[in-house]
Amino acid sequence: MDGAVYMVAVHTLCYKLGISMDTGKSNDSKKEIAISFKNVSKTFGQVKASSNVSMDIYKGEVLSLLGENGSGKTTLMNMLSGIYYPDEGEIIIGGEPVIIASPKDAFAHGIGMVHQHFKLIDVLTATENIILGMPGKLDLKNAASKIKEICDKYSFDLDPYKKIYDMSVSEKQTVEIVKVLYRGADILILDEPTAVLTPQETEKLFAVIRNMRADGKSVIIITHKMHEVLAISDRVAVLRKGEFIGVVDTDRTNIKEMTDMMVGHSISLNIERPDPVDPKLKLKVSNLSVMGSDGIEKLHDVSFDVYSGEILGIAGIAGCGQKELLESIVGLQNITSGNITYIEDDGSETSLLNKDPRDISDMGITLSFVPEDRLGMGLVGDMDLIDNMMLRSFRNGKFGFTNKKDPRELAKSVVEELEVVTPDISTPVRKLSGGNVQKVLVGREIAASPSVLLTAYAVRGLDINSSYTIYDLINKQKKNGVAVVFVGEDLDVLLELCDKIMVLCEGKVSGILDGRTAEKDKIGMMMTGSGGTIDEQ
Amino acid sequence: MIDLVAFIPRAVAQGIPLLYGSTGEIITEKSGNLNLGIPGVMYVGAISGVIGSFYYEQSLTSKDDINGFLAVFIPMLCCLVGSLIMGLIYSFLTVSLRANQNVTGLALTTFGIGFGNFFGGSLIKLSGLDVPSIALSATSACFSKTLPFAGSVGWAGKLFLSYGFLAYLGIIIALVAAFIIRKTRVGLQLRAVGEDPATADSAGINVTKYKYVSTCLGCMIAGLGGLYYVMDYACGVWSNDAFGDRGWLAIALVIFTIWRSDVSIFASILFGGLYILYLYIPAGIDHMEYKELYKMIPYVVTMLVLVITSMRNRREDQPPKSLGLPYFREER
Amino acid sequence: MNSKQPLFHITKRADISKKKAITIRLIAILAALIFCGIVTVALTGDNPLSIYASIFKGAFGTARKTWVTFQNMSILLLIALALTPAFKMRFWNIGGEGQVLIGGLAAAASMIYLQDKMSNGFVILVMIFASIFAGALWGLIPAFCKAKWNTNETLSTLMMNYIATQLVAFFTVVWENPKGSGKIGIINQNTHIGWLPDVFNEYLLVILIAVIVTLRMYIYLKFTKQGFELTVVGESEQTAKYVGIDVGKVIMRTMIMSGGICGIVGLLLVGSINHTITTTIAGGQGFTAVMVSWLAKFNPLSMVLTSLLIIFLNRGAGEISTRFGLNQSFSDIITGIILFFLIGCEFFINYKIVLTHKNRESGKEEQA
Repeated sequence: MDGAVYMVAVHTLCYKLGISMDTGKSNDSKKEIAISFKNVSKTFGQVKASSNVSMDIYKGEVLSLLGENGSGKTTLMNMLSGIYYPDEGEIIIGGEPVIIASPKDAFAHGIGMVHQHFKLIDVLTATENIILGMPGKLDLKNAASKIKEICDKYSFDLDPYKKIYDMSVSEKQTVEIVKVLYRGADILILDEPTAVLTPQETEKLFAVIRNMRADGKSVIIITHKMHEVLAISDRVAVLRKGEFIGVVDTDRTNIKEMTDMMVGHSISLNIERPDPVDPKLKLKVSNLSVMGSDGIEKLHDVSFDVYSGEILGIAGIAGCGQKELLESIVGLQNITSGNITYIEDDGSETSLLNKDPRDISDMGITLSFVPEDRLGMGLVGDMDLIDNMMLRSFRNGKFGFTNKKDPRELAKSVVEELEVVTPDISTPVRKLSGGNVQKVLVGREIAASPSVLLTAYAVRGLDINSSYTIYDLINKQKKNGVAVVFVGEDLDVLLELCDKIMVLCEGKVSGILDGRTAEKDKIGMMMTGSGGTIDEQ
Repeated sequence: MIDLVAFIPRAVAQGIPLLYGSTGEIITEKSGNLNLGIPGVMYVGAISGVIGSFYYEQSLTSKDDINGFLAVFIPMLCCLVGSLIMGLIYSFLTVSLRANQNVTGLALTTFGIGFGNFFGGSLIKLSGLDVPSIALSATSACFSKTLPFAGSVGWAGKLFLSYGFLAYLGIIIALVAAFIIRKTRVGLQLRAVGEDPATADSAGINVTKYKYVSTCLGCMIAGLGGLYYVMDYACGVWSNDAFGDRGWLAIALVIFTIWRSDVSIFASILFGGLYILYLYIPAGIDHMEYKELYKMIPYVVTMLVLVITSMRNRREDQPPKSLGLPYFREER
Repeated sequence: MNSKQPLFHITKRADISKKKAITIRLIAILAALIFCGIVTVALTGDNPLSIYASIFKGAFGTARKTWVTFQNMSILLLIALALTPAFKMRFWNIGGEGQVLIGGLAAAASMIYLQDKMSNGFVILVMIFASIFAGALWGLIPAFCKAKWNTNETLSTLMMNYIATQLVAFFTVVWENPKGSGKIGIINQNTHIGWLPDVFNEYLLVILIAVIVTLRMYIYLKFTKQGFELTVVGESEQTAKYVGIDVGKVIMRTMIMSGGICGIVGLLLVGSINHTITTTIAGGQGFTAVMVSWLAKFNPLSMVLTSLLIIFLNRGAGEISTRFGLNQSFSDIITGIILFFLIGCEFFINYKIVLTHKNRESGKEEQA
């Protein structure tokens, strides 16, 4: 897509979402450096997470750290917050190289980080969590009133005596931010802060950030969302595969330039989309509701149909029920109400309700599932390729023994056909790179010749080539008459790959669109619950 | 009817070693370290005290020369040093070298019980002194000196004043430990380390230090339990394996009290009472076998508490979340 | 405000060759032996070489000693093998002691109560079933609680040990013979009913059973569906559920097996070796076996070596204490020291220390 057009689209989207595009840049040219990286590198095993990064962060600015998944944004920031220690290079504050060997050191230098995965202790209260690690006598009452002050100032809604395990996700984030503010941090790092927020909460957060900037503080936001970069930041620094690509002023750049920096070059997606041949109803989900283990309803009254030879895309903000939906279908979730029906080739119907994965496969139904958490659910990291292939087929052996021959053949053919880069097939899969891990998983799942293929974020963290390999594999399945459900995060991919797109918002279906005619901004609106009727305006 | 005035002081005497052991283990477990070496540590604490006291008594020309302060101070110091070394071994292996806690703890118990029994059995030979057996009556008398008025104020004196100073010290330590864990900054940070060391670390808490200090302190407190047993309860007479499974009972108490050392004061006395209950019930003398069943009760009850708390699944009653797991900051 | 420059930091090894791992372990064993030698010299004043000779003599000095060494080793190995499938499942069964005891108790009960009711063959048959059943039951209880309510198994299996110990203590008094002796004495001393038959000599039966169980356990873990299932459960419960493995069922099934094999050990201790039961008949080997299994990285074949090492030192230290008139617990001290060294050396297999400034190059070399 042409950058300029995209830019307009983002502006429109931001406007419709009620996110201000006013970045309120200060024109103050006197820039004082708050902190600098100098040739910083960090390696994990064989992976270079940060390589030779040098950059400055100024006082009183909002800096966006932009990059794709796995580009090393979080790793770089973790070296500021004392979680990781650089293998090479220096961090400089006030002209002096400093050692940030622990989070304590980070606090001492006025650096506070809000992690994507909250660092809160469940059995403690908000106050206890906020003052944790601070010196002085334990005075919870005094602390609570100080917290109240901060909350009033920024209009946070927080009960200081509430235990963390009773809190919702956004309440927990509030605790995290208040924690950093309570410590009076000068440099505030937020790791993908809006991923879990509603648009209203996002706007509130941005307001707070602007206040902090006015206060002379530096705010670093890790993100991969362009419209947020434009909405809030003064400058944007771009990382790609651990390398520092450059930093630009937000008002002197545009989406196209940033995208180029982020991905290396503009990519026209050009994903193949064959027309469905003879689609037949395969799977019928009706009025499905699911309650999460935390007592929050994850899915509410969801109904849709999946046809053979078609790809149904599922769009939505992260964590609004995609995981629960797929897991319900394959039998890994307790369903509160509703039904899931599988339709055989002869038209007869079988209910998949209250069946576990074993029951479903015993019924002769092959549902393949590529889960989001590849090494935590789909594969076993410490097992080799052969054993991972055997996960699906180990019951086929005779006399209680496993049959290693077929899995070995399968492993070989997957490695060959999908060009998996691995020393050999008896290497533990955790040693492979993300893309190769995904190929192993997808390869195994489609080898079972499924009638339904469910994939969650199938290309997350993959490079361009691997992504196209995966798209091709999925299309091949589609052509073979498999009913495919594709949960994605990149709307461009969904729009080019899928025949239909269902949009989820907070566990509810906002609508189902035709993939060939759907418009991106409309999907964006539906995702955020701002209504599906764009024509209204 | 049970003669309570006679029964309770004996139950307390039985309970004090358990109280020391459980208080020590509670402090240790609150930091996320499951130290199954406590039984061994208590043996080492006891034998170190015995060794100190043995050489002190041998150095005296006459039993009448005994100095009350030294008689108490030397064994206690030896006991604390011995237990501290055990704590350091455990901490070094599990915290610095990240070894498996269960395996390390069990090795520590093997070593500690062996150490206790070895020196208990071979001390005289090794020292080359000509004495018939290890009986440290003079030092022991200093340990078991009761409070004044114990004999003169009737049943109240017998119930509350008739114990050696280590008994009162144990209760004080348990109360102080409970207060620190629940009400102070150090306690809050300790709980945080045990629940979620990664979070505690990112809050600037020195996880390694907390784990080391709480484990070593826990071991030293537990070691005092061994010292109390041999110097006060057993009147300074060491006999191999006499301490028995009390160390494991202390670990059971940790679960039984749901990680609360103040509750452990009563629970220890209760467990101690169950240990000797057979002496006080009518069927006791004819049917010695029942005494073994009474001794089983603490374990059965603990098992039930463990199962019931996991069934109820109340967040506050669960073991520290990171219990038994090593922590490595750069884990990815 | 600057904190001090850390001298080194620790990173996880990406990979380590088998050869290097074995070398590190051998160095640890060597270091431990030297350390033990120093301790022994300090205590006895003898010269080191004669001490090492004594250790060897204690374990393999005569044919009888060699047989006993292998018999002891077989018992320890069997318990370690029993615990292994549970450990592989990441279920910390430290209840081996109790499971052995309760199996032994069931065997002893069968011997005592059935001696005049059945022929010897039937009594032995009942003993086999009873001891396996009892051990399995003792393993199943914590497994059930774990599967159902996620009860901490380390703590529950620990408690089950002492419940078993007290049960044995109870029956010791009930079956006391002669009255007032405080022990049971040799059961069926005259009739030998319930005594397991000797194979070649009194030692070989236990050794043969250990060989069979070692091989079967190796095959079970490596080549069977059940072995595969329990490995997956141990690696990731999520993945296990994803491929339709009933996690609770696998936990219970595995612990029934784990406890059952411990029950067999109890049977061997009572029926073949001691012909009596005491509360200390397992002798803490339920705990030692935890370490044997762990040191062998849960590989049944390596366990042969780790159990041999422990027993060898145990018997050797026993010889030294006899020679110098020291207490027999000397062997526990030596075992403890060896274990500390072996436990500690695992660190150098899993992690490496990278110096911050100097020697960076050597740090990099190590990675290769």
